[in-house]
Amino acid sequence: MIPAAFDYAAPGSLPEAVELLRRHGEEAKVIAGGQSLIPAMRFRLARPGVLVDIQRIPGLDFLAEEEGVLRIGPLVRHAEMEASPLIRDRYPLLAETASVVADPLVRNLGTVAGSLVHADPAGDWGAALLAARARVVLTGPGGERELALEDFLVDTFTTAISPDEILTEIRVPAPAPRSGGAYLKIERKVGDFATAAVGVQVAFDADGRCTAAGVGLCAVGPTSLRAREAEAFLAGKRFEPEVLERAGELAAAASSPVADTRGSEAYKRDMVRILTVRALARAAERALAA
Amino acid sequence: MKRELTLTINGQPYTGVVEPRRLLVHFIREEAGLTGTHVGCDTTSCGACTVLLDGRPVKSCTLFAVQAEGHAVTTVEGLAREGELHPLQQAFWEQHGLQCGYCTPGMLMTGAALLERRPDPGEEEIRRAISGNLCRCTGYQNIVRAIQEAARAMRGAAEPVSAGQGAAGAASAARGGMVP
Ligand SMILES: Cc1cc2nc3c(=O)[nH]c(=O)nc-3n(C[C@H](O)[C@H](O)[C@H](O)COP(=O)(O)OP(=O)(O)OC[C@H]3O[C@@H](n4cnc5c(N)ncnc54)[C@H](O)[C@@H]3O)c2cc1C
Ligand code: FES
Ligand code: FES
Repeated sequence: MIPAAFDYAAPGSLPEAVELLRRHGEEAKVIAGGQSLIPAMRFRLARPGVLVDIQRIPGLDFLAEEEGVLRIGPLVRHAEMEASPLIRDRYPLLAETASVVADPLVRNLGTVAGSLVHADPAGDWGAALLAARARVVLTGPGGERELALEDFLVDTFTTAISPDEILTEIRVPAPAPRSGGAYLKIERKVGDFATAAVGVQVAFDADGRCTAAGVGLCAVGPTSLRAREAEAFLAGKRFEPEVLERAGELAAAASSPVADTRGSEAYKRDMVRILTVRALARAAERALAA
Repeated sequence: MKRELTLTINGQPYTGVVEPRRLLVHFIREEAGLTGTHVGCDTTSCGACTVLLDGRPVKSCTLFAVQAEGHAVTTVEGLAREGELHPLQQAFWEQHGLQCGYCTPGMLMTGAALLERRPDPGEEEIRRAISGNLCRCTGYQNIVRAIQEAARAMRGAAEPVSAGQGAAGAASAARGGMVP
């Protein structure tokens, strides 16, 4: 299928891109990797009048840890996250997420930032980065603003971004000592969206008690979800089997899946429980081994 | 609004007058007349349209031609050199890595990119690399075997070794092939 006609602009700088968005308003859309937008345009679910291609703007593919923050640029692709030694060594939650997003060909073009703006509740990055307590930086005509990912993700395919803003950075707190993460996904086949997936990031004190826990849920609600009750319950606890079981139940209770071809509501909720238990165990193992 | 667009495909410039909505795969097949790259779906699912963009395999049905301007595109027609099949093409032939052949151009491009990056991939790695390329005929066994065979051939050509080392390499590759 062929998308509806549009005008194409490939600005060479961020201010130019923002100016184009400002000038064209709701008509315009940013295109990054195109791996969600082009399929949507081919089905005529999206019909932007102007595409502002940000791929020719230099310097937007940074990926580095600076002063306790991992900074992910808007042109960092899933494949770069998967291959980066920094991500592999320090952010197992993100490395595992990258390796299960779509398929290797889509991962070569699609970006992490594009995933967040697309805001598909079945997108893997939303859940993983909620668990990691990420923040996003938006740049518009009036300058920059920063907000918690949780406040950015408003509803299904809906975020707090304005039509004249560009997501210019994702900020993830660097892992504390004795911390670890994991991402577990159930999918019918490679390249499919999750039936359910869970991302966790946990930290412990020297006695093995949990000091902070992030639990993000994928594809089981109108947006990527944070399992807040499970997170609060884990604080101060050692990860004994009963503790993990209870956290799994709380995460399942926080989910609100709908039945579809990937599974029934009950099945998906139970998968959230199981994946939460397993992801927490894996993350704790990593945290306490280091 | 149509515009004149020049793309470098297999090192050659191709010019067409196209709308921005022209997908790269259609530019390749229709403007450039290179019909080796296939279209197998409407949903970015099959990988039959795989080409290399600056050396990395991507789905050319999910990229506008204008986005590829100034980048190097490689299609299946760019694999053979002076009438000699690429070792991967040779291996697909010899190992029966295809039946209907519809997925083959995509498989070859993904395989070529893998071998460029990883001259000695294990079976798991090969299966992972081609997991975005669907084949409805072969069951993948012979495709994996063909990529392994090509890897051996290319390593052999790149670094001539003594008979002893060559045999050891072949043996370890054969073991790799039996991992379940
Ligand atoms: C076959 C297939 C399978 C997939 N499977 C999965 C999967 O299992 N898990 C998963 O998480 N995802 C999956 N995806 C989606 C994939 O991850 C996309 O790459 C990603 O969602 C979008 O990133 P992009 O750079 O391609 O964004 P684009 O498609 O370019 O843009 C997506 C949206 O974000 C906006 N946008 C992009 N970047 C910015 C920015 N910096 N600032 C402001 N707005 C911006 C665009 O305007 C558009 O609305 C799949 C896609 C395909 C085609
Ligand atoms: S034609 Fe099927 S993925 Fe491109
Ligand atoms: S050989 Fe027929 S689809 Fe692969």
